[in-house]
Amino acid sequence: MSDSDTVGRPGAPGLARGARGGAAPDTAPEAPISTPQGSGGTPAQPPKVITRPGDKIFKALTVGSGVFVVAMIALIGVFLLIQAIPSLADNQANFLFGRDWDADPEGGLAFGVLDLLLVTVFSSVFALIIAMPVSLGIALFLTQYAPRRLARPFAYLVDLLAAVPSIIYGLWGAYVLAPALAPVSTWLNENLGFIPLFATGTSNLAIGQTIFTAGIVLAVMLLPIITAISREVFDRTPPMQVEGALALGATKWEVVRTTVLPFGRAGYISASMLGLGRALGETIAVLIILSSTTSHFGFSLFDGGDTIASKIARAAQEFNDPRGAGAYIAAGLVLFVLTFVVNAFARSIIAGHKEYE
Amino acid sequence: MSTATDLNRPAAPPAFQEINSSRRFKNRLATILVGLTFVLALAPLVWLLITVIAKGFQYVLNADWWQKSLAGLTSRQFGGGVYHAIIGTLLQGLICAVIAVPIAILVAVYLVEYGKQSRLAKAVTFTVDILSGVPSIVAALFIYALCITTLGMPRSAFAVSLALVLLMIPVVVRTTEELLKIVPDELREAAYALGVPKWKTIVKIVIPTAMSGIITGISLAIARVMGETAPVLVLVGYTTFINYDPFGGSMASLPLLMTSERLTTNEVGEARVWGAAVTLILIITVFNLLGSLISRLTSLKTK
Repeated sequence: MSDSDTVGRPGAPGLARGARGGAAPDTAPEAPISTPQGSGGTPAQPPKVITRPGDKIFKALTVGSGVFVVAMIALIGVFLLIQAIPSLADNQANFLFGRDWDADPEGGLAFGVLDLLLVTVFSSVFALIIAMPVSLGIALFLTQYAPRRLARPFAYLVDLLAAVPSIIYGLWGAYVLAPALAPVSTWLNENLGFIPLFATGTSNLAIGQTIFTAGIVLAVMLLPIITAISREVFDRTPPMQVEGALALGATKWEVVRTTVLPFGRAGYISASMLGLGRALGETIAVLIILSSTTSHFGFSLFDGGDTIASKIARAAQEFNDPRGAGAYIAAGLVLFVLTFVVNAFARSIIAGHKEYE
Repeated sequence: MSTATDLNRPAAPPAFQEINSSRRFKNRLATILVGLTFVLALAPLVWLLITVIAKGFQYVLNADWWQKSLAGLTSRQFGGGVYHAIIGTLLQGLICAVIAVPIAILVAVYLVEYGKQSRLAKAVTFTVDILSGVPSIVAALFIYALCITTLGMPRSAFAVSLALVLLMIPVVVRTTEELLKIVPDELREAAYALGVPKWKTIVKIVIPTAMSGIITGISLAIARVMGETAPVLVLVGYTTFINYDPFGGSMASLPLLMTSERLTTNEVGEARVWGAAVTLILIITVFNLLGSLISRLTSLKTK
């Protein structure tokens, strides 16, 4: 017995599957030579897998951490829901379709999330529309056009955009970019004002605390995110396809259009969705840039207003009454569900593509 | 029949044809547009950095800026510094790292060494993906709902750190997972062959091999969470005094100082806001550089 133990010893859990698999005990009588432990005359036992207490503890720790992370997501949803329910029950307005937000517990809660949700989605989609073509261009530039030696430092520069804290984007957007954009927004408003998108909104164009400014700043923040993932995917275009296209006499652009783009499309869309998720939840930059308003959102880029995240942050320091806070937590729950869906969708696009692994 | 000219003539007309002008035009246009997008991305980066440095760099050159707080100064008095906020930022970032890093590394070890393709591993991967997309304001609200409303804790820097943990875990899990995957299997097999238990193989062989990359990842993650503003807005109050106690009382941090002083609409407020912006960028840069420096020092010697 002790003999077979020493033989089995190296068969630590990770190895037991492959290396020792050859000594299959069922065939031992026919193949005595290949199974040394069978030579003692006793029927060969499968090599004993020894699990030490250290192994058990360590594995339990890692599994525990994994379960902890999974539980965390569930807990976020559950806790937000529990805290939101009392306030939702007291709510005198329709939460999902109401457009006014009154979370002051004095005189009764009446809060509706619709306007906040509209501003959130509207500004994020606007940002995405700007950011998508630009990051596609950057990703193509870095993977296909830039000289090989410069591609890495260039990519590093784009990544730096992601390292800048969002509060600094907010300050820059509100105090530097907004006044600089005033001529552009005034021009758009005067010449294209008949389109609802550019109609005169609730915010002063000269100061520029508009969704227009916020969207452009958000777009800048999305660039590194969308670029990073698209770049990775474009880099994995099979060289055979690229060379095939070249051999057929394609120009550089035709190579990109016929091989890189079709191959990377799913990854690019997924990256854009991840960017959208990021834009939906952006808090402080939007809070600093947008002017608060009491009038309803009119689907103009020159409106002010609040996104869900900025509304919560604006009120955050006055969370003292649990019912008032509950109203904001309910809005936070909507944001959580929204980003959850967008992110899950983004991941599911990529998950179907084994070639990206 | 065949003359010399016939022999020299190719049997077929040449296959190569000039690229016609519309294709050439499209190609050139695409190249220019793609190059322009890159310039378009760098413009805001350069513009932003120049703005911040031009507006704030003069204030951080003062030694007081790094050594004093704003305690006792009114919103009309120049002087003082942001020591209280620097301490807060570093303290919150480090407490967050102390909690988040072990969990994140264990999760990554689970995914690479134990989970493989199991159902739990898939769930964990999915959750980490979702967690990395959770907005910081939602993380802050969750900690608010958990610690402050439910458990009755006061607002504190520790609560901020807990919210930051949620944001940091996915980042560190991702980097660590990628690095553990590229540790060669031969190392693990060699250890097993010597009879080293699996957990010891992981702790003594696999993780040290990936350590330098993990450290870089951690310092990048710390740099990222230190710039987060939403959690400090929700979970801790602002003060101009120095506070070393993460469990009690208000504690300043650079983002919080910026959002608070922003409301002071005079030159003093502007100086504090932009000075703090420069300070924050400097600290983030230091952490990024520190990460690559440590990784260079600790990387395994390869001969």
